[in-house]
Amino acid sequence: MIPPQEIGPPKSSSQSPRSPSGAPFLSISVTDPVKLGNGVQAYISYRVITKTNLPEFQGPEKIVIRRYSDFVWLHDKLADKYKGIFIPPLPEKSAVEKFRFSAEFIEMRRQALDIFVNRIASHPELKQSEDLKTFLEEDEEAMERIRSFETGIFKKPADLLQMFKDVQTKVTDVVLGKEKPVEETDPEYEKLKHYIFGLEDHLTETQKQAVRLVKRHRELGQSLSEFGKAIKLLGACEGDSLGKVFAELGSKSELLSIKLQKEAHNLLMNFEEPLKDYVRCVQSIKDSFSHRANAFRLHCELTETTKLKEINLEKLNLMRSDKTREAEIEYRELKAESEEATRRFETIIKRMNEEIVRFQEQKTAEMGLAFHLFAKGQAKLANDIADAWRSVLTKIEAYSLSSGHD
Amino acid sequence: MMGPEIASGFDSPPEREEMESLALSDASASAYRSAMSSIPASISASSDGDPLLAPPPTLHFPISSSASGHGGNPATSTASSFLDPPSYADVVFSPFDSHNGHGGCGSGADNGSLLRSDSSPRSARAAKSDYIKISVSNPHKEQETANSLVPGGGTYFTYLITTRMRAGFAANGDGESEPVEFGVRRRFRDVVTLSDRLAEAYRGFFIPPRPDKSVVESQVLQKNEFVEQRRSALEKYLWRLAEHPVIGKSDEFRVFLQAKGKLPLPTTTDVASRMLDGAVRLPKQLFGEGAAAQVVPQEVVQPAKGGRDLLRIFKELKQAVTNEWGGVKPLLVEEDKEFLEKKEKMQDLEQQLSSASQQAEVLVNAQQSIGETMGEIGLAFIKLTKFETEEAVYSSQRIRAADTKNVATAAVKASRLYRELNAQTVKHLDTLHEHLGLMLAVNSAFSERTSALLTVQTLMSDLATLNTRVDKLEAASSKIFGGDRSRLHKIEELRETIRVTEDAKGCAIREYERIKENNRNELNRLDQERKDDFLSMLKGFVINQVIDSSIHILAHLEQVAYSEKLANVWATVAEDTSNYVRGNS
Repeated sequence: MIPPQEIGPPKSSSQSPRSPSGAPFLSISVTDPVKLGNGVQAYISYRVITKTNLPEFQGPEKIVIRRYSDFVWLHDKLADKYKGIFIPPLPEKSAVEKFRFSAEFIEMRRQALDIFVNRIASHPELKQSEDLKTFLEEDEEAMERIRSFETGIFKKPADLLQMFKDVQTKVTDVVLGKEKPVEETDPEYEKLKHYIFGLEDHLTETQKQAVRLVKRHRELGQSLSEFGKAIKLLGACEGDSLGKVFAELGSKSELLSIKLQKEAHNLLMNFEEPLKDYVRCVQSIKDSFSHRANAFRLHCELTETTKLKEINLEKLNLMRSDKTREAEIEYRELKAESEEATRRFETIIKRMNEEIVRFQEQKTAEMGLAFHLFAKGQAKLANDIADAWRSVLTKIEAYSLSSGHD
Repeated sequence: MMGPEIASGFDSPPEREEMESLALSDASASAYRSAMSSIPASISASSDGDPLLAPPPTLHFPISSSASGHGGNPATSTASSFLDPPSYADVVFSPFDSHNGHGGCGSGADNGSLLRSDSSPRSARAAKSDYIKISVSNPHKEQETANSLVPGGGTYFTYLITTRMRAGFAANGDGESEPVEFGVRRRFRDVVTLSDRLAEAYRGFFIPPRPDKSVVESQVLQKNEFVEQRRSALEKYLWRLAEHPVIGKSDEFRVFLQAKGKLPLPTTTDVASRMLDGAVRLPKQLFGEGAAAQVVPQEVVQPAKGGRDLLRIFKELKQAVTNEWGGVKPLLVEEDKEFLEKKEKMQDLEQQLSSASQQAEVLVNAQQSIGETMGEIGLAFIKLTKFETEEAVYSSQRIRAADTKNVATAAVKASRLYRELNAQTVKHLDTLHEHLGLMLAVNSAFSERTSALLTVQTLMSDLATLNTRVDKLEAASSKIFGGDRSRLHKIEELRETIRVTEDAKGCAIREYERIKENNRNELNRLDQERKDDFLSMLKGFVINQVIDSSIHILAHLEQVAYSEKLANVWATVAEDTSNYVRGNS
């Protein structure tokens, strides 16, 4: 698994550097945002292009049109089926109406969705999911049907059952006086949880500052532009050679304003966004925590209930009651369920452990890149600023010499 | 309370728009000051003992705006100038400090000689002054002696004004080669007096405007703030006077600085009593009783408005109206085309200066903000680093923590550099501000000229009227056989009046010409000064921003480019983290 090297459509995400070109690859890009519909119902559609040589896909290339809610569907399906895996996060829905269609927002979202889909395609387990195939290949009408079915009030019976069970467990807890939910006591896990929560705090703070920093760059750019204009006008009062110096300074000031705006954009895309993404990933991990907690609780409940049933069964056996057979069937069912719950729980643990390692490595790489780009951007900006002012300085010195100043 | 100060607010010599513009300059100055003074607060908040934040010894920027880096600044207060950039006010002016050696040599820049450094045009001009240094300090509350007009008030502040003069100008006549120092106590009312006397004596000069009386501010601000603001404004004002090549050498100024005890300059009487005097004379003037009716020639050298001669005020007013609406061209007009062009130019300049000054302030604030945010993000990085290091479970975390730390350090350094840059920028761009303030003085000088011209015009009209009357009387009396006793007598009187008025006219014309000459000289002086100052400002501003390839920071302190150092800092980090780009497994 190679993390995306640059923000943008990755070239080939699953290709090992040593394998020949015939090796299996799956490459996806999210492009061409287009505004569709009118008024309140307007939305953005994206073109999703899949290129692959994997046999399980329909063909070497497939292009479909998808919208944000389709991505949400995919995310939710995966989150449901692959508990314990840190599902790649989605970019946020925008609450502010007029911001929704600004060019910057659309581009940021497109980028984030591209990364989302490619992360799924690079994940050893997730990339094999049926839902991913559906997402990448179904035509638009079919997709819409599937999506509204899933996200509507029509939930699958299994989901309903699960919901009932959760409620049941909670009620039992209360009735039995176990108000506090049962929790794991694994110290390693505790440490991890503590780390993740702390990390979220620090990252959120850092991200906040990053947002501000972008804004400051823009503001400085703006002020340099205005200052440049004013200086030029002032120079016009002075006239001839001194006026020219003013004009030069004013022009450079305006030039730098543009550079600052560029850097602001760079910071936004290559620093602020990755930081935001990091925060989202951490939140996805927190989701996994709650899945794990639920699974743990269920496992505990069922284990206990099973034990009770077992004891009960033995009693019945001894008593040679006619309820024994019934009880035995019930016991077997319950035991199967309990084993299932335990298996699920253990799967989650196993997945999580693998995921954490992956997460750390991936994040190290991505944040490293982000910091590098940050540093590079600032260095370039500083150099540009220096160059611009240096050129003004030569003009000033030329003027000084010619007019006999010191 | 500021009782008597308020009382003195009643007597307003023609109150020019000083108040408005000085308030502007004070407001901007205080914006600069607050921009700068917020720095120490936030820096101290950030220095939580983390070694990252201790000032590295190489980054030292003393505060002097030498354009060619002569500033051989001693390493005194390295740390304090780094952590605690002096506020704008401290940089340029300071209370009397015995450490400061001979002024103008740019040393002791930190707690401030009055002069910026020896190679800025302003300090070159200051070096020609008779005075080396003037400081205002030690405000002291005093009680008003009896018969205060304002009940329940009666306190005022006095300030200690300490002056050091150049050798050879001391009044002691001992022929000592050392500069002489003396100190006197003055109150604000004395400053008003000085300002009024100078305005009278130096009509047509660009006299630096005095601090305003700011009756409102004295109520609104805290006492301490107000006193401090006034103290600082007084210091600036006195120093500007000292720098003026003509006014700085005036007797009035010297007397103000030197004469112990009560200020021996005639005070400006308040409007009420002048009006009263004038009103007494008026009937006599109107009914033409001999001497009382005549204009006093010496008085015409002063504008009518501030005087006791109500009749004159009325006449000049009438003349002004006639000039505007009468449809008759006055007998003497402003013909100097050059002057009129210059005047227009000055107005244009004033407008552009104002706009540029405003934008400069916005720029300074933006630089300030970005510096602060950079610092804050650096802090956030540091906290993140600390956290990762403490909680690290995987080696990848540790690697990341180390890298984050580098970026954090760079960000904090960048933040400092921005702040240093800003401290310098404020000083350079302040030139815009100074010159904007001077526009007031220019406007005053121009209006003196207009006023003097009006006086001449009025007198000429007077003369025309008088001559007409004489002619009429003569014509009438010639018809009467043997002469007309009473008419002849009247004619004699009129001729006498005409003679006196001619005298006055002569005076007025001379005065007008004098003012014109003053205007001309001052304009030339100002133009040159402005060009010098602007050049210095542009140069200083740019150098400040520019990269210097030399790493020998201590030697070329102002010239060190904030930017290049910054570029180096970031480039290093970029190098360190570039392995991520080359790709890892």
